[in-house]
Amino acid sequence: MSQSPLEINNISVAYQKKPVLRDITFSIPEGKLIGIVGPNGAGKSTLIKAILGLIPRLSGEVKIYGKPYKDQLKKIGYVPQRESVDWDFPTNALDVVTMGRYGHLGWFKRPGKKEKEIAMESLRKVGMQDYANRQISQLSGGQQQRIFLARALAQDATLYFMDEPFVGVDAATEKAIITLLDELKKQGKTVLVVHHDLATVKEYFDWVMLLNETLRAIGPAEEVFTADMLQETYGGRLAVLDKQKESSFVLA
Amino acid sequence: MSVNELWVILTGIFVAASCGILGCFLILRKMAMVGDAISHSVLPGIVIAFLISGSRDSLVMTLGAAVFGLVTVFLIQLFKNSGVQTDASIGVVFTALFAVGIVLVSVYTRQIDLDLDCVLYGEIAFVPFDRITLFGMDAGPKAIWGTGITFFITLLVVSLFYKQFKITSFDPAMAASVGIPVALIHYMLMGLVSLTTVSSFESVGAILVLGMLVVPAATAYLLTERLSVMIVYSVAVGIVSTILGYYAAVWLDASIAGCIVTVAGIIFGLTFIFSPSHGMISKWWRKRKILQEDHAKQAQLETA
Repeated sequence: MSQSPLEINNISVAYQKKPVLRDITFSIPEGKLIGIVGPNGAGKSTLIKAILGLIPRLSGEVKIYGKPYKDQLKKIGYVPQRESVDWDFPTNALDVVTMGRYGHLGWFKRPGKKEKEIAMESLRKVGMQDYANRQISQLSGGQQQRIFLARALAQDATLYFMDEPFVGVDAATEKAIITLLDELKKQGKTVLVVHHDLATVKEYFDWVMLLNETLRAIGPAEEVFTADMLQETYGGRLAVLDKQKESSFVLA
Repeated sequence: MSVNELWVILTGIFVAASCGILGCFLILRKMAMVGDAISHSVLPGIVIAFLISGSRDSLVMTLGAAVFGLVTVFLIQLFKNSGVQTDASIGVVFTALFAVGIVLVSVYTRQIDLDLDCVLYGEIAFVPFDRITLFGMDAGPKAIWGTGITFFITLLVVSLFYKQFKITSFDPAMAASVGIPVALIHYMLMGLVSLTTVSSFESVGAILVLGMLVVPAATAYLLTERLSVMIVYSVAVGIVSTILGYYAAVWLDASIAGCIVTVAGIIFGLTFIFSPSHGMISKWWRKRKILQEDHAKQAQLETA
């Protein structure tokens, strides 16, 4: 019997006095690539942060493979938004990726040869092995994003959360991320991705979550990612251009 | 070099080393001003500890100050989380606490021997005369013990938890997601900053300790792209400033603490101009080179 990798019960979050997320409840099946979609300020990043316990929840419960989050830390990989860190930090690419192992090392163990090897292997998987010793401020935005992905790979998790990995990256990186997502899926891992570009949602993800303060819908992309549902989620701010049979969406 | 001179310099070196290590983490966390805040707001802690214990015992004062250091950090965080802007919250907390300290000193200044000048600017020259006795034997100046122990505690804690200090400085969200206690590490760092500030206060004084916390670290930041190397450089800059500053002060017959931080400032200025990686000259040189190469390419294209 397989446990759902992620079960969310009644999560609500508020910043100051304004509620950002209301009564979010869902569970997801294993081995899916899930796109989290919704307008700006819908609480997409907030949802991830609340699940990971990075911001306080007003209420609600998170179960990872049937257990509380704190017992399952090693099964979780997190890719924060690229702008959330200072890329002028004095360190190189390999070192950042090695940080993905810190959670496995416990309080006192230092990263050693084994950790460096795992980190190097992760860099190879995102095509960044030649940049291992590069100072991180000298990397392009796309390369920095790939370093973050490599770090998540080094965590060797089974459930991944990625916060807008496709924002501001070049075509090569976009391709590298997709290949990687498919690779993770083949290994039976589950990945939740906050995603902005509606045009690519159906192509990249099996499942879609529509979010705007409340959970509007979650399920297989072909069922959930429809013009009507999107219109509802985006509150009518969406112009749907349905030429050439394939839908593309533009924010009005 | 006389023994007394040695004591003074050694005290300065311990201060420079502790400050150098901690300063790196402070500036990488964009928290240099929190160091400033702590260095000021420990004053009431020192005075209150003094009033309660009635002695100038360094241990009691250190404890009092360390408590206020953590109170400072806690208050800044509290105001920030309740919607006060970060810089305003730092400014409010430290000036208010510092002012309370000044009031306390001025009210009790007649009864007690706690000189405000000394608190603010330190008097490292007196280090050799305030001695400690252990088992009836002279065990050397108090300040050496205070700053020395602080240095070893700092070194020990930072080496033990180096990876936690590093990851929480670079990416606290990711660190928290893998179960690293970000808040605990934060308070650990702030506790060390408080401890260092207090033990430094006899030598460089409450105000100039900020110089030692920030200037060597900022200098080291311009010289390397590795955190471990940055820490070593930062400590080295601090120690060199202490030694040169001490002799400059003797030569000029000026404030030792003032001279130490002035030298550190001069070293920063020189690094800012001449650093091979981040310096003004090398940056200018690199830009020029790029431009020249571009011109050369253009010329080639035109002739082709």
